[in-house]
Amino acid sequence: MSKNEMLAMILAGGRGSRLKDLTNKVAKPAVSFGGKYRIVDFPLSNCANSGIDVVGVLTQYESVLLNSYVAGGKNWGLDTRDGGVFVLPPREKADANLNVYRGTADAISQNIDFIDQYDPDYLLILSGDHIYKMDYDEMLSYHKANKADATIAVIGVPMKEASRFGIMNTDGNGHITEFEEKPAHPKSNLASMGIYIFSWKVIRKLLTADKDDPNSSHDFGKDIIPRLLKDGRTLMAYEFKGYWKDVGTIDSLWEANMDLLDDKSKLNLDDDSWKIYTEDAPELPQYIGPEAKVDVAYITQGCHIEGELKHSVIFTNVDVEKGARVIDSVLMPGAVVDEGAVVTRALVANNVHIGKGAVVGSADSENILLVAKNVKGVE
Amino acid sequence: MINAFGIVTASNGRYHVQGMEDYRPIGAFSFLGRYRVVDFPVSNLSNSGIDRIQVYVSQNPRSLAEHLSYGQHYNINAKRGKLQLLFNQDSRVNDIYNTDIAAFMDNLEVIERMQQPYVVITPGNMIFKQDFQQLLQQHVESGADVTLLYHKTDKADDWYRNCAVLDLNRQKGVKSIHLNDGSAANRNIFMDTYVMSKKMLIHLIHEAKKRSSIFNLSDILNLESDSLDIRGAQHKGSYMAAIYDLLSYYRANLELLNYEAAHQLFSSDWPIYTQTTDSSPVHYYEGASVVNSMVANGTSVYGTVENSVVGRGVVIKKGAVVKNCLILGHSVIGEDVHLENQIVDKWAKILNVKELKADPNCPGYIRRSDVL
Repeated sequence: MSKNEMLAMILAGGRGSRLKDLTNKVAKPAVSFGGKYRIVDFPLSNCANSGIDVVGVLTQYESVLLNSYVAGGKNWGLDTRDGGVFVLPPREKADANLNVYRGTADAISQNIDFIDQYDPDYLLILSGDHIYKMDYDEMLSYHKANKADATIAVIGVPMKEASRFGIMNTDGNGHITEFEEKPAHPKSNLASMGIYIFSWKVIRKLLTADKDDPNSSHDFGKDIIPRLLKDGRTLMAYEFKGYWKDVGTIDSLWEANMDLLDDKSKLNLDDDSWKIYTEDAPELPQYIGPEAKVDVAYITQGCHIEGELKHSVIFTNVDVEKGARVIDSVLMPGAVVDEGAVVTRALVANNVHIGKGAVVGSADSENILLVAKNVKGVE
Repeated sequence: MINAFGIVTASNGRYHVQGMEDYRPIGAFSFLGRYRVVDFPVSNLSNSGIDRIQVYVSQNPRSLAEHLSYGQHYNINAKRGKLQLLFNQDSRVNDIYNTDIAAFMDNLEVIERMQQPYVVITPGNMIFKQDFQQLLQQHVESGADVTLLYHKTDKADDWYRNCAVLDLNRQKGVKSIHLNDGSAANRNIFMDTYVMSKKMLIHLIHEAKKRSSIFNLSDILNLESDSLDIRGAQHKGSYMAAIYDLLSYYRANLELLNYEAAHQLFSSDWPIYTQTTDSSPVHYYEGASVVNSMVANGTSVYGTVENSVVGRGVVIKKGAVVKNCLILGHSVIGEDVHLENQIVDKWAKILNVKELKADPNCPGYIRRSDVL
């Protein structure tokens, strides 16, 4: 096996309970996005495009679909001779009982043996719930140039929102001096994106110690980063300027989808030099019927549109019947909107059927309506 | 299951598509925006449990080789199955030498080495849905020497020119195979699809070679129709398109803009596989208007599209109007350009010419990578 300079591990075990019924049966990273993608396609495609060959995906919550989806890595071209995508759920070991991952750091600690096989110099930690395009190789160059022990990707957020994030305070040269989780009075607006590069030797030692520490919650943000700071290690903030969105809530998931309709958005998925790869559905190209109206929309293959669409994102195999109207909405794979139904400011979950003449959502709602169950028609 | 290997033939001397074929064989033609014609025979074979497939190509093999790759996207087992691209020398002396028999002769060793006792031969220029396993069953049960697949049609006076016609007796025995001259509407159009034993195929190749250097497989069958038990099997589906000239290519696409018709060809239990290009969904911008059209992913629409098939990665700019057109991948239709009844080949840019109109029975053709 050839040696790997940097290995990636994607933390994909969380439930994502703020996505409510969308994650009843699938883990958050497997939730659909942008017409044809799933959220986890973004870190996986970024890895492929950044020249990373080996990716471990740490799964735990409702992982059947996620496991079968990522296994092998074919969809991202990662199924090379020495590379691959490896699904790593918790397992029973000779010296320990089957244990759940107790935290983000513990998920890595329990897989030190997996990482050791590849003998990497660096470890890249990613999360499976963000939408962004990023070259991890550039981040690695920054890490190396600064002789850092850890590099954390950060993004400038509006100061008034900074208290919602984990905030990195730096010395002006990019050295992290302090980390504050959701500070009431933030001193900086540089939010952690949950993307870390560690020098493997340094972090391996720390994780081994953390594993048996009864006072640790085994979390990168709460335990590992503060430990590195306390030890006087070199921590660098790598500032990212592109599009990045945490899609942890129904509103933010809807917003990120709507961003695709904006021609000025920095999230351009139609970029041949940085494609986002995904599973290919063997479906017909979309068919737009003789009476359809399509006014600002993002539509993928397999869709059958006979009705009216306004400012909406339409996923694989969606069916919008004659006289139906869909406004400012997201229709996930297999959703059906029957004749005369009206859907406004809603996120319609996979395979949900909106009956004839039904009206869901409203133009002046504060929050986006999640429609996760079939809606009966109105006669 | 009956063990057979598959052969997808290159177009023999009878089929010529002006313009398009200068760049690639018919099998590599884009179809309905996201497919290539060869996806249909290969998917039919793969869905029928046939995973040893030979695809013949005689000229411009690049696009076909790239598209077929090693066949994983057709659901073919990478170890047990195999998708082979077989080349044969195209005769530059005279087109009459470019026969399927000549292609088989060039690759006879490969055919002889196949371990499967039966073979299904199906063309790379026709589009239909067919379960070959069912056809093999029928062939074996009937005890026939050769079974030929045909499509019963009532529009042979207008469509399927240059295709062959089967004359059948009441027991579906094939009396003769001849060219469709368009003189009658009701015909049994031969779908250039043969089922026989591997042994019979090798026998026929040698016989044909002995008789004439310009024989096709159908010619030797015609000659041997008295000594062999050759039977017709009727294709059950309603859609069958043969691509034999530019108009037939154009019509085969536009005919499927009827969603019901399209659904007879495409069903979830019989997927048509193709190579993905990982392009993003179609983006319709403000002012776009699209009706009765199929649009493939990766395309951006600012203008108007009516009754058209638009391929991958196309840009239809503001004010452009595209009517009854086939727009192949990566083309650009510039601002305020009006197109009607046109076939725009890949990577073409129509920017300065503001209007191109043609008769629907004689669609216009814009060459690949041209700038107008």
